[in-house]
Amino acid sequence: MSQRQVLQVFEQYQKARTQFVQTVAELATRPQNVETLQNAGVMSLLRPLLLDTVPTIQQTAALALGRLANYNDDLAEAVVKADILPQLVYSLAEQNRFYKKAAAFVLRAVAKHSAELAQAVVDCGALDALVISLEEFDPGVKEAAAWALGYIARHNGQLAQAVVDSGAVPLLVLCIQEPEIAVKRIAASTLSDIAKHSPELAQTVVDTGAIAHLAQMTLNPDAKLKRQVFSALGQISKHSVDLAEMVVEAEIFPAVLASLKDPDEYVRKNVTTLMREITKHTPELSQMIVNAGGVAAVIDYLGDSRGNVRLPGIMMLGYVAAHSENLAMAVVVSKGVPQLAICLVEEPEDHIKAATAWAFGQIGRHTPEHARAVAAANVLPKLLNLYLDTQSSEDLQVKAKKALKSVLQKCTYLPALEPLLYEAPSNILKHVICQFSKVLPHDSKARRLFVTSGGLKKVQEIKAEPGSALQEYINAINNCYPEEIVRFFPINTRDKHSRGSDKWQSVIMKYEGSG
Amino acid sequence: SMARLVRLTPQADRVKEAYFTRNRIAEENRQRENSAAVRIQSWIRGCRARAYLSHIHRKATIIQKTWRGFKAREHFRQRVKAAYFLMKMNFYNKMAVKIQQRWRGYYVRKYVHNYYARKRYLEALTQKNEQMRRELEELAEHQRQERQRVAMEREEQEKYVRAQRLHFLLSTKQCPGVFNSPFRPEPDEMELRLRRVKPVRTMSAPKESWPVNPQPSSYLHDKERLPPIHKTPQGPFRPAVEVQQQRYRPLEPSLRVATSITALEEAREELRRQEWRTRLIDHPFLPFSKTPDKKYEPLLHAASPYQQTEYGTKHFREEDRSQLEKKKPFRRVFTTCHVFDKFGRLYSSAGKSV
Repeated sequence: MSQRQVLQVFEQYQKARTQFVQTVAELATRPQNVETLQNAGVMSLLRPLLLDTVPTIQQTAALALGRLANYNDDLAEAVVKADILPQLVYSLAEQNRFYKKAAAFVLRAVAKHSAELAQAVVDCGALDALVISLEEFDPGVKEAAAWALGYIARHNGQLAQAVVDSGAVPLLVLCIQEPEIAVKRIAASTLSDIAKHSPELAQTVVDTGAIAHLAQMTLNPDAKLKRQVFSALGQISKHSVDLAEMVVEAEIFPAVLASLKDPDEYVRKNVTTLMREITKHTPELSQMIVNAGGVAAVIDYLGDSRGNVRLPGIMMLGYVAAHSENLAMAVVVSKGVPQLAICLVEEPEDHIKAATAWAFGQIGRHTPEHARAVAAANVLPKLLNLYLDTQSSEDLQVKAKKALKSVLQKCTYLPALEPLLYEAPSNILKHVICQFSKVLPHDSKARRLFVTSGGLKKVQEIKAEPGSALQEYINAINNCYPEEIVRFFPINTRDKHSRGSDKWQSVIMKYEGSG
Repeated sequence: SMARLVRLTPQADRVKEAYFTRNRIAEENRQRENSAAVRIQSWIRGCRARAYLSHIHRKATIIQKTWRGFKAREHFRQRVKAAYFLMKMNFYNKMAVKIQQRWRGYYVRKYVHNYYARKRYLEALTQKNEQMRRELEELAEHQRQERQRVAMEREEQEKYVRAQRLHFLLSTKQCPGVFNSPFRPEPDEMELRLRRVKPVRTMSAPKESWPVNPQPSSYLHDKERLPPIHKTPQGPFRPAVEVQQQRYRPLEPSLRVATSITALEEAREELRRQEWRTRLIDHPFLPFSKTPDKKYEPLLHAASPYQQTEYGTKHFREEDRSQLEKKKPFRRVFTTCHVFDKFGRLYSSAGKSV
């Protein structure tokens, strides 16, 4: 009898513990409860429950701790300070799979907040335990371990190197080949986080043969998996030409262009990022992508998307056009310039506008044909406005000015240059006048048009220091016209109107008659 | 002669006189005549010398003239040759310039900047872009339709399930159901569904389909639901699963039946193939250095004072040939005995201990 009563006490205690831990775990899912729980001192209560004899209580306590640590970094620091991590790491090696999942969850929740916390996790020797968990049969355990490793490796290069040194990469590549989609996703995301820091780490990832598997998985229909896979491939290929060539040799093009029409936005963004990282290295790689029709696909993508996700597409077009004149012409022929002009107008963010201005500069700087294509899309006034706008950021102004200069130095399309005469500041005006002085001596129709549209008048009104380049250009322009027309416009007087419109008309008729 | 002497002797004085006169006259005129003679002689000599000189001059002129003509013609021939050579070289140069012009034009137009190739490339690129855009559009459309179709099917399935669960809301003749209001011109879609649906056999809606398995459906279909034979249970029966498994137990052939008849040959073939594949070196453990050939030291207890015994090297058993001749040779291969084939696999629990 008394034995039963004694045992009953223990049973009650166990029930109470179970209920407590389950309720805390449930409450921890809602953010508004977490502060209350923290003030109630839940950490110190949960810690001994981790060492409980009943496995269910241990697992639920670990789960509750993980959810709490997930919420914000103070709690994660409290977890670290309470010396819970070594216990978790020890039991990660020993216990059953539910506990392993919960322990890996806690480690991930602690490591995700900052590099110091991740370093603390690494210092407890968590890496070896996690790598051992990667060899487990249960896919849930593998997923949790890979996720924790990914969050650790995310912060900086040393942590990623520590993860690699513990031998995780071959196991991650094996995880990628698992049939469960969740494991594949997480493994791909971890490989991406490892490879993004430095070329050596990316080379380590490539040496284990990851590229072939990642390339196979690009054909998988699952959207989140594709996000991670493309992100991983992009991070690998961004570091050097050899890595980019290896990624290309896996024959992912033109199949990945189909993913540019995926309904998921981030899949499209990551594909475009991958293409940008590949094209930025050499002209041959850009040529390959252009020949596969990639440029058209990216331009359509720019048309369909809005906001920040357009940035990689714009940068890709800029890189392609920067390599050579052929490729820039390919971009122009694929109707890239109107689309980029739309982007320039629509996007409110400064950094996207800066990228678009840079891309225009790269397209238009090669030959007069290219500059004409850029100018004909009515882009130059917009660039000028961006340069002159006081609210644009420094970066945007610098890029707009550079683009404007490089396009103007090759532009011979006069109808587009005329509006710039009126608004441009002197450093831009110099280039505009220079172009006029190059074209006008040879083209009579242009000369006529220049006079009738009032350009000559404007030119006369410009104040230039004698002996400067601007004055030389103005002289060159003036030399194209007979004396009387030039003298018709009084120099440097902006206020006085010209002497009567009749006289002006007669001069024009005479000039048109002789021209 | 005497006559001559007679004639000449009176003239001897005259001759003397004449001789002196002559000498005197000669003496007087000697200077003049001498100088005259000298003059005449010198003139003659001069003339002769002049004639000789002019002769020589003429001859020298002829020689020089001939020589100069010869040299000049030679020189002229040289100049003609040189001019001819220059003319040819100029011609060749001009032609070479023409060839080089053509070649450079061709080369630049073909290899450095091929306008038509570039034009063709840009046109082909445009077409490829068009094709890519079309294909991507089609793909997007296809995927959208796929997704729509899947969504519709799911919706259809959900509605079917809902109708199954609400099958009791079907309207009767007496009482129109919720979805068949008499004020509506025609019954609601749900009402039509309710009319068509078949009610679910169990109380709750089917949650998941059975997992796919390769065995025929009858195997699992009656796994848990054998039809009851008596109302009251008769005794502790085996669970239905076990009985079903026993009823449909697959063939478990013995090892002998399961091995193919040519297993030995196949194994030999496999071994040969493996040897062929893997064995690269025939003598893998050759020593690196030449050890001096050590003399073989035989075993002590196999050596006799006179010679090596045969036992231990040539045969390893004591053989009594006389006894052995009566017996049959030793059998190495037997037929299989099926003692333990069925152990643990019979339906009854005979022979199994706890």
